[in-house]
Amino acid sequence: MLSALFCIIQRDLTLAMRNRSDVLTNLFFFIIVVSLFPLGVGPDPELLQAMASGVLWVAALLASMLSLSGLFADDHADGTLEQLVMTPQPLALLVLGKVCAHWLISGLPLVLMAPLLGLQYGLSGDILVMLVLTLLVGTPVLSLIGAIGAALTLGLRSGGVLVSLLVLPLYIPVLIFGAGAVEASAAGLGAEGHLSLMGAMLVAALLLSPLAAAAALRISIE
Amino acid sequence: MAINVFKFSSPATFYPLAGKMVPWFAFVAVVLMVVGLYLSLVVAPTDYKQGEGYRIMFIHVPAAWMSMLIYVVMAGWAVVGMVFNTRLSSMMASALAPTGAMFTFIALWTGALWGKPMWGAWWVWDARLTSELILLFLYIGFMALESSIDDPRRASRAGGVLALVGVVNIPIIYYSVQWWNTLHQGATIKASSESSMTDIMLLALLVMTFACWAYTIAVALTRVRRIILEREGNTRWVGDMLEDKSNG
Repeated sequence: MLSALFCIIQRDLTLAMRNRSDVLTNLFFFIIVVSLFPLGVGPDPELLQAMASGVLWVAALLASMLSLSGLFADDHADGTLEQLVMTPQPLALLVLGKVCAHWLISGLPLVLMAPLLGLQYGLSGDILVMLVLTLLVGTPVLSLIGAIGAALTLGLRSGGVLVSLLVLPLYIPVLIFGAGAVEASAAGLGAEGHLSLMGAMLVAALLLSPLAAAAALRISIE
Repeated sequence: MAINVFKFSSPATFYPLAGKMVPWFAFVAVVLMVVGLYLSLVVAPTDYKQGEGYRIMFIHVPAAWMSMLIYVVMAGWAVVGMVFNTRLSSMMASALAPTGAMFTFIALWTGALWGKPMWGAWWVWDARLTSELILLFLYIGFMALESSIDDPRRASRAGGVLALVGVVNIPIIYYSVQWWNTLHQGATIKASSESSMTDIMLLALLVMTFACWAYTIAVALTRVRRIILEREGNTRWVGDMLEDKSNG
C-alpha cells in the first residue's frame, strides 16, 4: 500500500518537474501579492511589522487555493483519474499521495520563500522562525482541505470561482491560528497554544480529508 | 410504524402529505409569532442594564439557534440521502439551505444592531461572530455548489459531502463563548442549571423560538414541494396529478 502512495507522489513530482513553469508561477504569485501590500499601505516599518504575519498568511492561502485547480483536473482530462479509481488500492490513499505531492510542489516553496519576504517586512529572527514553523504546519492543512473542494468542483463550468467559495471559509481557522501564533510570539506571549491547535488540525485533516476527497471524487467522475 | 415512514420517503406520497402539513405549520407560526412578539415587546419587563435595547434578543437568539440547528438537520438529511440513497432526503437538505442562510443573516444583522448600542461597534472580530460568518459562507457555498451542477443526483451528493465537512463549524460556534474569552456574552439559558433570566423573558424567547421552528418547517416543506415537482417533472405521477388538476 505504501508503495502505491510513494508511486503517486513520485509520478506527480516528475510531472511537475517536466512542467516547471506551473510551480514557478504559483511561487511568483505569492511573492507579488506579498510585495504589493507595502506599495498599497505605505512603507511605514511599524505598520508593516504589525501586518506581516497576516499578509504572508493570506497570500499563502490564496496561492495555495489557486494551485488547487491543477490537483485533479489534468488527470481527469486524460482519463488517468478513472484508472486510479479502479485500482485495488484505496482511493483515499491515492488522494493522500496526490495531496502530498501537491504540497511539495505548491506549499513547500512558499514556506521556504516566506523568511525572505518576512525580511522585507522587517521581521526579526525569532518571529521569522515562528512564521516558517506555522506555515510548515499550516500549508499541508490547506492542501488537504483544498483537495475536497477541488474534487467536488471537478469538471464544473464555474469550477475555479466556486472552489474559492467552498474552500476559503474552511481555511479561516488555519489562517486565524497561523497568523495568531506569529502575532502572539511577536507580542512576547507563548505561541504553544496556537501551534498545538494547528497540529491538531493537521492530524484531523490528514485523517479525514482524504476520505472526504475520495468520496467527492467518486461522485464527480461517475 | 416503520412501514409508514418508508411510505412517505417517496416523493410521490410525500408531496400531498407536505401539502396538507404546510397550512398547519404556517398557522402555528403566525399565531406563535404574534403571541411571542406581544410577550417580548409589551409584556416582558425592561432590562435594568440594557434598557429597551435588549429586546432585540427575542429575534436574535432564536435566529442564531435556528441557523445552527438547520445546518445540523440539513447535514443529517444529506447523510441519510447518501447512506440510503433516497431522493427525498437530499431534496430536504436543499430545501432547508436558503432558510438556514436567512436565519444566519438575521442573526448577524440583529447582532450588529444590538452590538452598536451595547458594545459601541457594529462588528467585532470575536470568535462567535467570526464562526457565525463562516456558517453563512458555508450555506452560500452549499447553495452555489448545488446550483452549479446540472445533474441533480450529482448535485445533491456533492452538496451532501460539503454539508458534512462544514458540520465541524457547528460545535465551534456553540462553544466559542466558552473556549475563547469573547466580547459576545456567554450562554444565559442552560439545561443543567437555573436560567439567569426572568420567567417571562424566557417564555417569550421560547415562544419566539417555536414560532421560528414552525416557520422553518412550513417554508422548507413548501420549498421541497417545488423541488419535487422540478426534479420529478417527467414522471407519471406528476403528469397524472397535473391532468387531474386541469380536469377538476
